[in-house]
Order: sequence, then C-alpha cells, then structure tokens
Amino acid sequence: MEKVNLSLPEVSVREIRLGSITGFQGSAGELVQQSRCGLKDKARSFSQCLGCSTAQAACMVTLIQDAAVISHGPVGCSSCLHEFAFTYRVNSPLRGVDHPTQRKIFSTNLDESDTVYGGAAKLEKAIREVHARTNANAIFVLTTCAAGIIGDDVESVCDEAEEELGIPVIATFCEGFRSKVWTSGFDAGYHAIARKLIKPPRERRTDVINVINFWGSDIFSEWFAPFGAKPNFITPYSTVESLRYASEATATIQACQTLGSYLGAALEQEFGVPEIKAAPPYGVAQTDHWFRTLGKLLGKEAEAEALIAEKKKEYLPQIAELREKLVGHTAYVTGGAAHGHALLSILGELGLTAVGASIFHHDPLYDNDCEDADALAASVNNYGDVPNFNVCNKQEFELVNTLNRLRPDVLLCRHGGMTLWGAKLGIPAQLIGDEHFGMGYEGIVRYGERILETLENDEFVKNLEKHAVNPYTKWWLEQAPQTFLEGHPTAEEKKTA
Amino acid sequence: MSGIIEQERYTCAIGALQSVVAIPRSVPILHSGPGCGNMIQGFFERSTGYAGGSTSPCTNFSEREVVFGGVDRLRENIKNTYKVLDTDLQVVLTGCTAGIVGDDVDAVVEEFREKGKPIVAVETAGFKCSNLEAHSLVVNAIIDQYVSLFEAENPARSEKATVNLWASIPYQDPFWKGNLREYKRLLAGIGLNVQVLFGPESAGVTEWQRIPRANFNILASPWYGLPIAEHLEEKYGQPFTQFPLIPIGANETERFLRQVIDFAAEQGAGIDVGKAEAFLKSEEGAYYDEIDNLATFLLEFRYGLPNHAHILHDAGYVLGLSKFLLHEVGIVPKEQFVVDGTPQQFHAAIKAELAATSDKKTIPLCFEPDAGKAQDVIRAASNKGRGIILGSGWDKELAKEKDFDFLSISVPSPYRLVLTTNYVGFSGGLRVIEDIYDAVLATYR
Repeated sequence: MEKVNLSLPEVSVREIRLGSITGFQGSAGELVQQSRCGLKDKARSFSQCLGCSTAQAACMVTLIQDAAVISHGPVGCSSCLHEFAFTYRVNSPLRGVDHPTQRKIFSTNLDESDTVYGGAAKLEKAIREVHARTNANAIFVLTTCAAGIIGDDVESVCDEAEEELGIPVIATFCEGFRSKVWTSGFDAGYHAIARKLIKPPRERRTDVINVINFWGSDIFSEWFAPFGAKPNFITPYSTVESLRYASEATATIQACQTLGSYLGAALEQEFGVPEIKAAPPYGVAQTDHWFRTLGKLLGKEAEAEALIAEKKKEYLPQIAELREKLVGHTAYVTGGAAHGHALLSILGELGLTAVGASIFHHDPLYDNDCEDADALAASVNNYGDVPNFNVCNKQEFELVNTLNRLRPDVLLCRHGGMTLWGAKLGIPAQLIGDEHFGMGYEGIVRYGERILETLENDEFVKNLEKHAVNPYTKWWLEQAPQTFLEGHPTAEEKKTA
Repeated sequence: MSGIIEQERYTCAIGALQSVVAIPRSVPILHSGPGCGNMIQGFFERSTGYAGGSTSPCTNFSEREVVFGGVDRLRENIKNTYKVLDTDLQVVLTGCTAGIVGDDVDAVVEEFREKGKPIVAVETAGFKCSNLEAHSLVVNAIIDQYVSLFEAENPARSEKATVNLWASIPYQDPFWKGNLREYKRLLAGIGLNVQVLFGPESAGVTEWQRIPRANFNILASPWYGLPIAEHLEEKYGQPFTQFPLIPIGANETERFLRQVIDFAAEQGAGIDVGKAEAFLKSEEGAYYDEIDNLATFLLEFRYGLPNHAHILHDAGYVLGLSKFLLHEVGIVPKEQFVVDGTPQQFHAAIKAELAATSDKKTIPLCFEPDAGKAQDVIRAASNKGRGIILGSGWDKELAKEKDFDFLSISVPSPYRLVLTTNYVGFSGGLRVIEDIYDAVLATYR
C-alpha cells in the first residue's frame, strides 16, 4: 500500500501505515530484530489516560504564524491548545520572531443537538466568522471524536469554504479514537499541509534546507552555513508562504523522525525534495554519519569532512572529560520513540549505563522505509543493547513499577508528567524541552553537563521522596511491570483473579 | 444553537473529573477517547492531585470500542484499577465516544457496587454541557450513588450547627483551595461546623458520608452548583441559602456572613449571635487597619496606578471583584465580561446584582463565552487612564497591546502559579490588593 497519497483527504494511522505498536517488553535489540519481521502489538487490560491525535495535529498547525485553527468538536477538544499559544510567545526569540501575534484558536463548541442534527452547518458558519475575525492566510479544521462519529462531511464543507473565501481551508482528520499512537496526529497535520498548501516547486533552491522540528533553538543556521544553506523551519514559526514553497528546498532533515516521518517522505515522493534519511545526529557516530550523508547529498563532502574535523577537535576532549565523571552511573530513559532512542545514544556516548527505557510507541520503520533511519538500531549497534526496553504508551503505572524496581541514578524524560515519578522515588530526574539541545557533538557536551548537574543537585528529590504521596498499591509495585500486557504469563490469570 | 468559542475559559463536561480529583484519595476513571484526560490536564495545568492526570485510568476508546461498544473494556479497567490504585472512591466519567455509542455504563458500575465497591457513574459526554454545569452532575451522582448508602448512620439534618458549603469549583476556580479554607474559617468564626468536601480542608469520603447530617446548605455562587443545593433540599429536606457572588473584601464578606447568621438563626442552628458579631467586628477591624495604612499609597502614588479595570471571569468573580474594586480599592470597573457560559435564565439576576453595585455608575456587562470576541470589545474600548485587565493567560497579550497592567486570576493560567492563596474573605481582599499592586509596581524598573 502507498504510504503517501495526497489525493485522499485522510492519511491512515500509524498502526496501519507503518505497523506501529504501543506494547512491548524485552530488550532494545530484540525490538529492532522483531521490527524487521512483523511486529505484533499487545493490548493492555489496564490503561491510563493518553494523549490523542487532535492535540498533535494542532501542535503542528497552531504555530504557523498566519494560520487560524478551528477544532470542530465540543469545547473540551481544544482545551489544552492554550499551551501552544504560550509556547509560541515564549520561544519566539529563539526564531527571531520579534512580535509574536496572538494564536487564533477556535472551537465550534458542538452541543448535544449538533450530535443529533449534525454540525456541518455550524462549521460552515464558523469558518466564515473565523475568516472575518482573523484574516488568516489559511484555516485548518481539526476533527474530533464527536465530529467523526456523527459523520459530518468536513471535507466538503472545507472545500466549499475554500472556494468561497479564496484561502486554503483544510480539513485535518485527527479524531482521537482512530489511533492509539497519538503521533498519528502529526501525520494528519502534515498530510493537510502537503495535500492543500504545498505547491509544486517553481525552482530548486540550493541554499534552503527544510528542517522539520518543534520549537527548539536554532542550531541549524550555524551548521548549514559551511554548506551555503539556511534552514526553512517547518512548521512552528513558519508562514503559509514559506510552507507553500518548502517544495523548492534542496533537502529535508528531521529533528525527530517520530515527528516528521510523514512530511519528509511526502516532500521527497511528491515534490522531489530529498530527505536526509540517516538517523538524526545524536551521539558521535550518528553525528559523523549524518553530516557525511548531508554533505554527500549536497555534493559538498569536503565541507562536511572539514566541519566534522573542526567540531570534533573542539568537543571530543570535552566529551572524554565528561565521560570520566559519568561512567558507571546508571540511567533510565522515557520519551517518545525517536527522541527516546536519541537519548539512549547520548547516554552511550557519555559512558552511562542505560538500565532500561519506557518509550511511548515504536515504528518498525518510518515512511521512508529506510533502515538507515532507524535510530534505535543505530543506538544498539553503536552503544550496545538496552535491557528492560518497554514500549509503554505513556502508561505511568508501568513506569512507576519499573523505576521502583531498577532505581537508576538518573531519569531522563522527554514528556511532561514523567519526572515526577523519578523525584517521588528519590531519583534525580530531568526534562529538557529544547529538542535540539542534545544534537551534534556540542549537544553531547551540553547534555553531559546537565546530567552532572542533575546528579549533583539531588537534595530536592531526596526530600520529596521522604514525603511523597503514592497512590499505587503495594501489590502493584511487587508485580512484573508487564503484568497487564497481553501475552504476559500472568496477565490472563490476573484478569480473572 | 451555541456559537463558536475563541480562547476558551472553561472546558467541556468531562472537565468535571477535576471535582473528583479534589476529593482526597478519590480517582476519576474515564470511559472516553484517549485524549480527553490529557486535554483537561493541559487546560488546568498542575492539577493532578492524588490520582488525576496521567494516573487516572482511562479506557482510551479506539475504533473497536466505537463500533462494538466499550463496556467489556470498561469492566476490565475498573477491575484492574482496584489492583493497581489505592483509592477510597471511584467515579466513572464518560466522554463523547461512550455517550454517542450508548454504552450502558451504569450497569457495569452497578456490578461493582453490588460487590461493595464505593463506585459512582456519571454521564459527562463533552457535548452535553460545560464543566461548570457538569460539576453539579458529578456531585449529585456521588450523593445518589455513594452518600445515600450511608444514610442509616447519618440521619438527615441531625446536626444543627453543621452545614455543607458549595462554593468554588475545584480547579476551575484557581483559588479554590484557599477559598474553601477561608470560607471554613469564617463560618467557624460565627459558630458553624462546615463541611467543605473538596481539598485539604475536607475529611475526604467520610465527610461526604456525613452530608445528610447538615442542618442546611450554603451556596456561594450566582448559578453553578445550584442543582446540588436543590437536590439536597429535595433529598434530605435541607434548605439552602444562596449568596449570589464571591465575597471579596470587607463589604461583601460581612454581607455574606450576616446572611448566613440570619439563616442559621431561622434554621435553629443554635449559634451565639453575639459571639458571631464580635468575630465579624474583630475581622473587620484588622482589615481596615490595613486599608487605612494603604490609603495614602492608593491616593498619592505619583507615578501612575490603574484607574479602571476589565474583568474576564466567571459570574461570581465578575460580581465580587467589581464591587470590591470600586468600593474598597478605588479602581473603577469598566466593561466586564462573564466568560463562563452562564445559562440564559440567570443573566437577569446577575445583571441586577451588578447594577446594585453603585447608584452613580452603570457598569457595562456582557455575557460572552467567546472570549476572543470579548477581547475585541476591550481592544476597541477607549476609557481614559491606565487600565488593568484581570483575566486568564489569554489576556496577557491583550494587556500588552493596550499597554495595560495585567493580573492572571482565571484559567487557563500559564503565567501564574496559585497554590493555596485565597481571594475570598477579608484576607482575600487584601491579597487581591497585594497582587494588583505587585503587578503594577513591577512595571517600574
């Protein structure tokens, strides 16, 4: 089946498109191996609150400078989007946006009668009103569970509005119940952008490289300068116009393939922009490989080698120094897939022992179908296997159980809410929000320094541990973490106990 | 037909899961799509309590449950909740998916209740109503399905001086913890034993079991929570007294307490009115010591202070703060916005209450859940002098545009931390003053 098909309104969810899973317990090496021969997902007989696709789709379209967003659903389905408004404002200096404008976030506020009579008329009206109020250059309409189940024809409403208003009005299909892998929502947002916004290239611009990313610091301007190029950031702080001609860039890179998998592939397959498929530059080996791949693609191998040599000269001694201080410490990682894998590589480079990981989901391969892009495989090859590798779907109860068992020296997190459980157990924990922080040779140094700082300053967590409230039962903390995962020997028995 | 909403200041029905989180050692169990809990967590922020947020069990509806129904999955999740989490009360809340599919959640929950589990089910499909309205649905469900099981040990109206208080909605009112503490202290000061039911000042489920014992209910709210007071009146014969706003500062706090004293006397609560009046007098004295000391600053500060305010909040705060700012601080309330989705039938009474604030001034009031639209009105307003906006994090950017001062006092509130601060009462008024002028003085560098 084709993974990228821009003629369809919807992109299929990751479970179907990539064979992604949300339940696994074993070692990282085993997961890589099984990923090549058909992974089977495992269900849970106990589960806690997850994220859903609609918030992830919103994450990618809300931060486009001149777009407006309409959540077509009850008011609750856009409740957390104010967080993106905060992010946009607070991080704008990192991207040179001097006057960040208010984010334009609306809800059609569906009520009970709409679930009976349909919400299409309401949506039609909403689009007109939002257009008049915001003068946005594009309007994204996000679907929700309620809109999906009642069967509103969102695509037709958007198409008609687009014709009437003369700006892109884009149906973005991201109902929460469609996927257990909430990153499917990123794909939905990108599919919307790719099918309706991006235009065929007018020219090929050798000085522009697309960077699919969140809102981290701009490390890329400096990195690309020796190649005579500059970054075109997608999508946070982009404009409708800059997205429209992302098709003209000379290449696309990913800050996190879990995020950009679909758009990277769509830009290559549909618009001829080659994607750098090498796993992102985390750890020395991957960074070497990544810069070489980039140099080769740009026909600038010599520049790549010069850059690698220069940076290594500066940073390798610093990395070695940090390694001496950190070696022998144990660490545990929790995060989304690709970034979690990246953190494992950084740990390996710094000499820490990764005693396990709780990674939210797993994509056997990305939309580019390329094994070279597999960051977990790269990490296992370069730094060795990782035991207690749990694909956990952000299930806190499994994380708490595992942490309590393994008691690592430090916990590295990527997503909110997870550091708490390290701290409650007296384990120093850190979350680094800037996803570019650990990239490249200098990123290893930055990360190493932060880990040292976290290990050193554990007074707060040690005090919290003494007073922490724990809602988990003693029974649960004594069970195996995968007790409620399908196929676990005790799972069936526990179900009937 | 409800209209669109920009910059929502409240959330959907399932947001009332926070009322469960606010009951010590209780857990919400969501029978909903995967993102619902996350959306609510993101809306309120720093609101996980004992077992909310990522700890709360959820069936995470998938395509399969939408097609075939999710009751089996719910049953399994509840069963395993008892193994994994140590809680005193479980409340199952449904989302849109379960609501539209039509799962018989009551039947599943009944199975567990029959086995003696303290479990409650409540329909909170997001399209049904707002979280402010659903708060009453959740509370009434707990009363009917849990509190009612303990009626034998807790005879109705058996404690004359005990009252139940229904006031701040947990988390929707960012000052709920502090407010409930202050209400309790003030009401204890006039001789009442108060059950606040939510937060650290409540005794958890045992306090809930004792709800029927109360002589009467106090409702401090212009509209939300009214169905709770009405339900308890019908169920246990407990009358209630409603105070139509959030009492902030001396004038309204005294009015509130005097109303309760009178009502308590009518209901034979046996409180010592002389002692209660003495308590009021001492509180009032301490309050005006501060205002007296502060007045020079308010009247003389040469470098500029705000002279008028716009408030975007729920009806209780808009009323309480407007009255307080005008009479006790000297800031004139200009265009005010009730952004809580107050149902139409309450608008007239709220307008009348605001109109009674002053016989010299008319304070323009707008009921507008579409807060983006409310902002446009403020944007277009041209009142003389330096303004201050009291609203949510959304309004910080507007304040900057208008070059106004800004204080974050409503959700969502990413620019401010509130822990146990209270805005209710004499001390709450003083705290509002501190917060306003802290923000104002921070602009002088």
